[in-house]
Amino acid sequence: MPDLLIELFSEEIPARMQKRASEDLKSLVTNGLVEAGLTYASAGAFATPRRLALSVEGLLAASPTTVEERKGPRVDAPEKALDGFLRGAGVTKDDLEIRDEKKGQVYVAKITKPGRPAAEIVAEVLENAIRTFPWPKAMRWGNGNLKWVRPLHSIVCLLSSEEGAEVVPLEIDGITAGNTVWGHRFMSKGAFKVSGFDDYVTKLKQNFVVLDPNERADHIWHDATTQAFAQGLDVVDDKGLLAEVAGLVEWPVVLMGNIDDAFLGLPPEVLQTSMKEHQKFFSVRNPKTGRIEKFVTVANRETADNGVTILAGNQKVLSARLSDAKFFWENDVRTVEREGLEAMGAPLVNVTFHNKLGSQSERIARIAALAREIAPIVGADADEAELAAKVAKADLSSEMVYEFPELQGIMGRYYAKKAGLSDAIADACRDHYSPLGPSDDVPTAPVSVAVALADKLDTLTGFWAIDEKPTGSKDPFALRRAALGVIRLVLVNDVRSPLMRIVMPLIAEFERLEHDKISHEERDYEEQVANYCGVTIEQLTEYRIQSGKVITAESDSEKWEAAMDRIFGGVDWSQIGLPGETTSRDLLAFFHDRLKVFLKDEGIRHDVIDACLAMPGNDDITLLVKRARALSETLATEDGKNLIQGFKRANNILTQAEEKDGVEYSFGPDIKFAESDAEKALFAALDTAEAAIKPAMEIEDFAAAMSAMAAMRPAVDGFFEAVQVNADNDILRRNRLNLLGRIRDICLKVADLTKLEG
Amino acid sequence: MSEMTEKPRSFQEIILRLQAYWAAKGCAILQPYDMEVGAGTFHPATTLRSLGTTPWAAAYVQPSRRPTDGRYGENPNRLQHYYQYQVLIKPSPPDLQDLYLGSLKAIGIDTDLHDIRFVEDDWESPTLGAWGLGWEVWCDGMEVSQFTYFQQVGGHDCRPVSGELTYGLERLAMYVLGIDHVMDMPFNDPQSPIPLTYGDIFKQTEEEYSRHNFDAANTAMLLKHFEEAEAECHALLAHDALDPKTGKRIIMVHPAYDQCIKASHLFNLLDARGVISVTERQAYIGRVRTLAKACADAFVQTTAGGYTAEAAAQ
Repeated sequence: MPDLLIELFSEEIPARMQKRASEDLKSLVTNGLVEAGLTYASAGAFATPRRLALSVEGLLAASPTTVEERKGPRVDAPEKALDGFLRGAGVTKDDLEIRDEKKGQVYVAKITKPGRPAAEIVAEVLENAIRTFPWPKAMRWGNGNLKWVRPLHSIVCLLSSEEGAEVVPLEIDGITAGNTVWGHRFMSKGAFKVSGFDDYVTKLKQNFVVLDPNERADHIWHDATTQAFAQGLDVVDDKGLLAEVAGLVEWPVVLMGNIDDAFLGLPPEVLQTSMKEHQKFFSVRNPKTGRIEKFVTVANRETADNGVTILAGNQKVLSARLSDAKFFWENDVRTVEREGLEAMGAPLVNVTFHNKLGSQSERIARIAALAREIAPIVGADADEAELAAKVAKADLSSEMVYEFPELQGIMGRYYAKKAGLSDAIADACRDHYSPLGPSDDVPTAPVSVAVALADKLDTLTGFWAIDEKPTGSKDPFALRRAALGVIRLVLVNDVRSPLMRIVMPLIAEFERLEHDKISHEERDYEEQVANYCGVTIEQLTEYRIQSGKVITAESDSEKWEAAMDRIFGGVDWSQIGLPGETTSRDLLAFFHDRLKVFLKDEGIRHDVIDACLAMPGNDDITLLVKRARALSETLATEDGKNLIQGFKRANNILTQAEEKDGVEYSFGPDIKFAESDAEKALFAALDTAEAAIKPAMEIEDFAAAMSAMAAMRPAVDGFFEAVQVNADNDILRRNRLNLLGRIRDICLKVADLTKLEG
Repeated sequence: MSEMTEKPRSFQEIILRLQAYWAAKGCAILQPYDMEVGAGTFHPATTLRSLGTTPWAAAYVQPSRRPTDGRYGENPNRLQHYYQYQVLIKPSPPDLQDLYLGSLKAIGIDTDLHDIRFVEDDWESPTLGAWGLGWEVWCDGMEVSQFTYFQQVGGHDCRPVSGELTYGLERLAMYVLGIDHVMDMPFNDPQSPIPLTYGDIFKQTEEEYSRHNFDAANTAMLLKHFEEAEAECHALLAHDALDPKTGKRIIMVHPAYDQCIKASHLFNLLDARGVISVTERQAYIGRVRTLAKACADAFVQTTAGGYTAEAAAQ
């Protein structure tokens, strides 16, 4: 059983692509081999900055020979049919067998596909893998047409077994596969030949290349933590950085250096970000003070001076970088101490947030007003929430955030404190962007919650009003994330408020602003139209958004009136919603979609949510989720499950009867027509349930309401078992249908159970 | 060449060694382009010559201007006027990385003592409609060069591909010479009868241009000039290829491209004056790109761009 070694040696592969590329190489090659009939025992893939390598062990020496039978024409078929068959199957008449079939004697050809040697298959598969390799970005070089992530220099493709190793004959765009390997760019003494994977790994190491990225990462982490520990320090954990750095070196050498005292007063986040983003340094922290005091850099080589020159150079670069950071920090602090945080944000008046939604300053003013409005709902002080919103984005104009955008909010908190603002406001500066991802922490401090909600609701209403909604995979303004943020903020903090009441006036205002942008003539015309229809401009706008109709100008007054009547003739203006209502409903539906995605993770089915959405108060997310959770729990119980079946049965019978009779059976049944015990028991159960459900619903105790509902189950089941609803006696029948009507009525008070599936 | 392995002593010695090195490697040593450009890439020896199939190898110093980077000569590393060293070879030779490392040795960087790394950095110039893949080269954590394989210029696929090297000369020299503030860097040999530092030559001009770029440049005039350069570029390219006077086929690509360079620099100045909003910015960049693309389209119709009457006839 031969083993296969492949190495693709190129100029430096971007660190972020290496892991994926080695996995792609493995799957492309092994899938190709297996498809061609070459199975294998195991495979492993590796990457360094300059090479992708693949080792496949226990490969078949050749693909197995296969025999395929193909049925031909009947023996008495015309000569032409036989000729065609022979051509198609690639055999001669002498190769054919004759077999008895139902329809008579037919020719049968046995086509043997001989197995192919591994080398032949490997060459084909590897060439195909190289030519179709899924690099995120590939390039050409020199005069060639081949595409690779950076120029590809050599290919090792070697099949080895006990008898020895053979190079697989393969040439791609002038690169001939061989068994020659180059080691470290600077430290290796020169190229060398390899005979198999183990030999390859050993010789690479002798030539200062650690092939396995995990081994490099482990080495870096071990050395870094050991060196830090020796001085009583901790390396700040950063898995992403570790993987990246391991992808930048073939021969990692860990060096720990000092941060100049002049910079130790900078906020730790600034030190960490600057060192990581610019220099790929790890931060080293003093556990006693929490301060970052040193750094770890990883060089790609050993030197005669044990890295002294390299470390000195790195330290110098860091000092230049941190001088910049210090300069920004000091300037920013001076600004806020002298003029306050709000003044720092003043230039945001010149920063466009979105050309239809105005500047950042205008947006901040809106968020401040909204935060003030939301404050009492979330238990925050209105003045504090408003002020927090006014300053929360001021750090966007700071020099530090201009340099390091990822420090937005974090710097805001520092600057708020420097400006003498309260801790609650400072925390709101940092936390109002949260939650960003689905696993990000949700703020719980009232002021932070008020500003975070206001921030997201402003974004959502604004983009909805200008019709910039997410479509498919496109969501350039991260509106899905904002909606999920609102949902999580509301749920975690148990916020109780109908969303529509907050959202509608905001959207109406955006739509009014949009309307104000039209010319005077157009506005006059709008007024004229509104007057003619006897409605307000707002109602007219709302109608237009709802209907999507364009109101065209018409100079001739008679034609104009005819046009107006055509467009507005049948419009029932009392049915046109309040300003902003149509768009708000659409936004609410978006929230509901997001909520379904969110609750799905909790194991709550979408039809359960639909059943709750159909109920009043569906714009109160806390209420909605409470109801959905209670319903989901009820459905998990035996009684609950069965009651739903009972409800459905009742509903089906009712629907059919109501359709047939053309009446609605909701008059209330009379117990005096109850004949059997089962029927009487149902009356009693309905009374009990109703008595329990009503007060429970009033205090929104859905769990109690639903268990009261589920408790009707034995009576409902008993009724269906013992009683024939469609009795011959019409009075009995109607009474029973009205009884079912009561079941339906009671159940639908809890949730719209008709929406449930199954 | 024992003196080459010694440490250089001045800014100009580093430039001279790079010139000697790349000359020895067969590059034509060109002189700076005589216009205000933002980077060495704008020199027609790079932008235009990277187009078409004709082989090319050139190296040159290019004074470059980035008006927004002015710091009145006070920042140790930032200048609104600085020098780039630029190498362009088409097709990119297979040993370009080794050639590049050789140039570092030539200016006194001992690769046995330093840590040289090629770190992913893809290059894109929205104003030139150009992009390429490559790296920034790090020496002990400091970026000392840009290394790019051009894939597209002026919207045209580069076939063959050019290899481009750009050295930020001040930063590189400060590192090699061990200088902390650019203005303190010896420009000529410190042992010269009249030693001159970078600051002796450029401190005052940095102040003057910083004030000019940020506060004084006449924006109305700049805007007008931008419009004029744009119009002139289009007008020059609109001329018939056949020159009525000589009867020759003369497409005025370089004069048109000069106008594109002008427009680009005027835009940079307007940007530094802070009169271009975020949304307008994209529009201006798009307008310069349109010019660059038009010049690229025209260049491939010229002899230097690989045009032949026979090929055109086919």
